[in-house]
Amino acid sequence: MTRKQKRLAGLGFIAAVLSGAVGLVLVGLRDEIVFFYTPTEIVEESKAAQGQRFRIGGLVKEDSLQKQGTTVSFIITDTNSDLTVNYTGILPDLFKEGQGVVAEGTMNSALVFVADTVLAKHDENYMPKEVTDSLKEQGYWQEDNKGS
Amino acid sequence: MIVELGHFTLILALALAAVQSILPIVGAKIGNVNLMRSANQTSMMMTVMIAFSFGALTWAYVNSDFSVLNVWQNSHSLQPLLYKYTSVWGNHEGSLLLWVLILAFFASLVTVFGRNLPPVLKANVLGVQAWILFAFLLFILFTSNPFERMPNAPLEGKDLNPILQDIGLAIHPPFLYLGYVGFSVTFSFAMAALISGRIDAAWARWVRPWTLIAWIFLTAGISMGSYWAYYELGWGGWWFWDPVENASFMPWLAGTALLHSALVMEKREALKIWTVLLAIVTFSMSLLGAFLVRSGVLTSVHAFATDPERGLFLLVILIAFIGGSLTLFVMRAGMLKTGGLFAPISREGALVLNNLFLSAALATVLFGTLYPLLLESVTGTKISVGAPFFNLTFGPLMLPLLFAVPFGPLLAWKRGDLYAAMSRLYLAAGAALLAVIITLAFTTDTPILAALVIGLAFWLMVGAFAEIATRTGLRKNGISKAFARARGLPGSIWGTAFAHFGLGVTLMGIVAVSVYEKEVIVSMNPGDSATISGYELTLKSIEPRRIANYTEDVLTFDVVSPSGEKFTMAPTKRFYTARQMPTTESAIYTSGFSQLYISLGEVTDNKTAIVRMWWKTQITLIWAGTIFMIFGGLLSLADRRLRVGAPKPAKTKKPSGRQQANA
Repeated sequence: MTRKQKRLAGLGFIAAVLSGAVGLVLVGLRDEIVFFYTPTEIVEESKAAQGQRFRIGGLVKEDSLQKQGTTVSFIITDTNSDLTVNYTGILPDLFKEGQGVVAEGTMNSALVFVADTVLAKHDENYMPKEVTDSLKEQGYWQEDNKGS
Repeated sequence: MIVELGHFTLILALALAAVQSILPIVGAKIGNVNLMRSANQTSMMMTVMIAFSFGALTWAYVNSDFSVLNVWQNSHSLQPLLYKYTSVWGNHEGSLLLWVLILAFFASLVTVFGRNLPPVLKANVLGVQAWILFAFLLFILFTSNPFERMPNAPLEGKDLNPILQDIGLAIHPPFLYLGYVGFSVTFSFAMAALISGRIDAAWARWVRPWTLIAWIFLTAGISMGSYWAYYELGWGGWWFWDPVENASFMPWLAGTALLHSALVMEKREALKIWTVLLAIVTFSMSLLGAFLVRSGVLTSVHAFATDPERGLFLLVILIAFIGGSLTLFVMRAGMLKTGGLFAPISREGALVLNNLFLSAALATVLFGTLYPLLLESVTGTKISVGAPFFNLTFGPLMLPLLFAVPFGPLLAWKRGDLYAAMSRLYLAAGAALLAVIITLAFTTDTPILAALVIGLAFWLMVGAFAEIATRTGLRKNGISKAFARARGLPGSIWGTAFAHFGLGVTLMGIVAVSVYEKEVIVSMNPGDSATISGYELTLKSIEPRRIANYTEDVLTFDVVSPSGEKFTMAPTKRFYTARQMPTTESAIYTSGFSQLYISLGEVTDNKTAIVRMWWKTQITLIWAGTIFMIFGGLLSLADRRLRVGAPKPAKTKKPSGRQQANA
């Protein structure tokens, strides 16, 4: 190979690696990202197809928590619509009725959300940001639990 | 009074930073030695001022002075003394003060160890370092003042976030910051090179050890953070691809690339421009991390309670430094002379390959971390980009790089011989093949890909020492002679070997725990038993207990191991009274490299507990590997040839350096 050809081959290899990275990112964006919805978007607007993975966020409805051994069920609400969530496993330490929560999973055929991950706030000042935003949008947010 | 003095010295430090931002650089421009030298005094004084300020805040914490807002918000009089100290940086304001203290500390290190740096270079470096200090001191004083008083001092503090009341807080943030901020030195060096438009030999010799120091601390900080999250959060995971974890991982990727490209620049005078760019990118990633954690754009375990004013201020700092440095780079990079041609198959070529893959991986992590933020601010759509995305994009980019790692050190500079390198790796290849075969033969549920990755881990571990085996002539000379020769090898060669070995160890841990981990979740009453991976666990009792600033339920398990060994494990469920916050303290039993991990869900009043048990196969290898990497870094740092200020040893004294050229 001449020097010029070597140089081209080198640049070609770099381009191949970089386009490989871009390709992986594009595939990742198509298949591996998870959308965030509110109960209203699911119940009234049917935004998620059955079997599609997504995150749902809102408040845990008061008196909705039912436990049976390691399986729990509760209702996530944005005060406009309610969605029942089933979950097997350990709820986060800070999971509480009336507090913000985010769950990740899929809808089953009975229109129940089957979660495999449940995230609650990390300390008493913290509310999942998505939940705050969606509650604000609907006008239910009160700036009352701001610590201090 | 001490608190006010601390506030005052911080203001003085700001004034000194302003002076140091201008005088030495002007001095370097007009050739005034006195102006250039002024940076020596100002940087030392600044360090003293900030250290005093930090000491004052620590004093307030240790004495539980709740008239200071920051102390009241994050401390409690009943905390153990250690946590009173660590509470200082367990919050936004205090941790930022630590950040600035470390920044000033590094500036003073440059002052002290840089006696024989060319004066112009030193003046410019200290000047740039002062820019960063100025920006962050301004940020602290205007938006995040830790010395703010409250009119009526409360009697009791609100306590530190219970998750942070752990020895991990004493180690993780300081190490991480030493890493993050350590890269400010290489950044300042890069900027100084761009300001003066030239890279001298001293520049090249300095950049590598400084990168190495920062890299060692960052590696330790990330690894420690990972282990802390693993045992403290009770989720049993060691890495979550959480945006803030990524924020620390991105400087690590860039810094690792920088470490390798600095090598080329130091030895062969090639890749100068690229190295300058990487130095800028690495510290930019550190700044981006600070922004992501402290601006409130993210929600994560790490995010501090924040307000938008801080976010905006940090965004301005971020844009000013990244934008400014990149602009300067574009304007000046052309002036830097570059040299040192090399063939694609050569040590340089291998290091370029390393940089290529690390940069591509960095780009995908950066994209995945920022994309949700960008998408939401542009379209309002909320998405989360989590582990599946990063596993898909990061994994395939890392595997070819890891495969290539053992080849690198075996190739000669300028022009290497791939076949010769291969012939030295037969042992590594054999070990890898054997590992794959044994894995597939003795386990039933291993996916082929996982078996191949296990092979790759062995390839790395054995291959890491191929260079040393070659250099010492292990095959020709026998062990005793080879051992004698091995002692004479430069530290950096051992450093490379250990760091690459550690990579293999970590990879082994990652693949083993992802494939062979077992998990059981059960609801138990006292007297109930459960089995996991041959371990039989019986819940003996649930006892309440009261300690200083929390109460807890202690669950005692009698465990019988598969070999009949008996021991107890006691995870607890804590309730911190000041914050009304429950936490879980998991119990971990280590057997070999694997761990039995018990975490708790709810414990009800009628003594029923939800218990989550894991068998974490070989998981400790993940962190053990990083210890090897750190050890390798330290060996390399101790190498006389790299030591800053040490005279170069005479050529005849190191025949190994010659061998390298014609190996």
